[in-house]
Amino acid sequence: MIYLDYNATAPTDPRVIEAMRTYFAELYANPSSIHTPGQKAKQAVEHSREVLANFLNARPEEVYFTSGGTEADNLAIKGLAFAQDKRKKIIYSSIEHHAVMNTCKYMSKFGYEIISVPVDRYGVVDLNFIEEKTDEDTLIISVMHANNEVGTIQPIREIAQIAHKYGAVFHTDAVQTVGKIDIDIMELEVDMLSLSGHKFYGPKGVGALIVKKGIKFDALLHGGHHERNHRAGTENVPGIVGLAKACELAQAEIPDEEKRLKELRDRLWQGLNSQISEIQLNGHPEKRLANTLNFSVKYVEGESLILSLNAESICASTGSACSSGSLEPSHVLLAMGIPAEIAHGSLRFSLGRWTKPEEIEKVIDVLPGIVEKLRQMSPLYKK
Amino acid sequence: MEYSQKVMEHFMNPKNVGEIVNPDGVGTCGNPVCGDLMTFYIKVEPKTDDLNSARIVDIRFKTFGCAAAIAVASMASEMVKGKTLSEIKNLTRNEVAEELDGLPPIKLHCSNL
Ligand SMILES: Cc1ncc(COP(=O)(O)O)c(C=O)c1O
Repeated sequence: MIYLDYNATAPTDPRVIEAMRTYFAELYANPSSIHTPGQKAKQAVEHSREVLANFLNARPEEVYFTSGGTEADNLAIKGLAFAQDKRKKIIYSSIEHHAVMNTCKYMSKFGYEIISVPVDRYGVVDLNFIEEKTDEDTLIISVMHANNEVGTIQPIREIAQIAHKYGAVFHTDAVQTVGKIDIDIMELEVDMLSLSGHKFYGPKGVGALIVKKGIKFDALLHGGHHERNHRAGTENVPGIVGLAKACELAQAEIPDEEKRLKELRDRLWQGLNSQISEIQLNGHPEKRLANTLNFSVKYVEGESLILSLNAESICASTGSACSSGSLEPSHVLLAMGIPAEIAHGSLRFSLGRWTKPEEIEKVIDVLPGIVEKLRQMSPLYKK
Repeated sequence: MEYSQKVMEHFMNPKNVGEIVNPDGVGTCGNPVCGDLMTFYIKVEPKTDDLNSARIVDIRFKTFGCAAAIAVASMASEMVKGKTLSEIKNLTRNEVAEELDGLPPIKLHCSNL
């Protein structure tokens, strides 16, 4: 199998699994227990917190473990809103992951004005628009660090500075960047940041929200005093240990891995673009995640491409409606001004730690034939 | 999205793909904006004014659509080939979907075409 869908999820690194193993059957005690095994589990959680903090240049007490990226996004936006009643405006980008977008939309039920920020054709948010809309009534601006579909990286530091001018909080969904590019939250001036373990070789079902000291937010889950009263429930100790291990591995490997993946990705694009006519790159040509390649194949539909690739044991994804369970193509591609029929023909290859050059060559071999077969079937294609 | 074996067979090896030069009938429906567009071409015999007794002797289709659209077109073309127009005028999308061992609910619209 050739797996090129790392932005959807990544395999758990064997070194992460190894680090987690002890915390299932041996050091299984509850970190809230005061006996020795309980205290050992607690130490493991607190050590992991330090690892995350160190990785992102935050403080350990600014790390709140969650069940993943979705919960971290919900906790940031709802938690902040429910802890205050002065500011009534929420600003988010039109290309946010559903975890942020649908949370913001939900908040309009509670009297919040929600404003969606347009992007240009590369998927970069409109800074002037943000500047214009932000005011003393703005509670939060939430703009993702990099987009999961097209990989475009946002100027988050500039956005954070706009937020701060008006005393608003800046949140970023960094689920696609943590572990892929170096992140220093002090330098980026980020107030809240969401991350998720399974996107960078950690386990699924664990993530974290980083919240700068001094920012007040409410818990979504009430119960015990876990996570300093901000997230009740017995800690997912093996998951948290695995998440920390994933951070340590990433920290050591990021610079080389970024370079390696970018070369492979660019070879993939060059190989395909030289053989297939009428394909267009989606996303920013340079300011983009090194592992992400998204493009549209004119005259054919994405799900047919994915299933044909699947028949060759190649795993990728598409922004076509037909793959999403709805009848609309990707909201990200539409927001970038890409016509619906072109969005339906989009393909995303996302590379990762186990991607090999031979696999890229195989895709370059196979895809042109698949496209030709489907185009021959298409009433839109005139040769 | 889970497809039946039959849908996948028709998707991978669709029957009657193509066009007919000088067809006796052409029908197009759908809209590429929604990700579905399909064109059918037919040839009938005998060429009488009584359309009901005309028999489909050849049928071809082209589609810009997902796997379900391709499979539905392929299956429908097989089901109507050799039949008279009166025999097929009551063919419903559900019958085509049933022949394919079912379609995911969200995909039923594809068979509307
Ligand atoms: C940008 C982004 N945000 C949030 C999520 C949700 O993360 P999780 O699957 O950990 O809930 C994902 C992954 O699907 C994502 O890509």
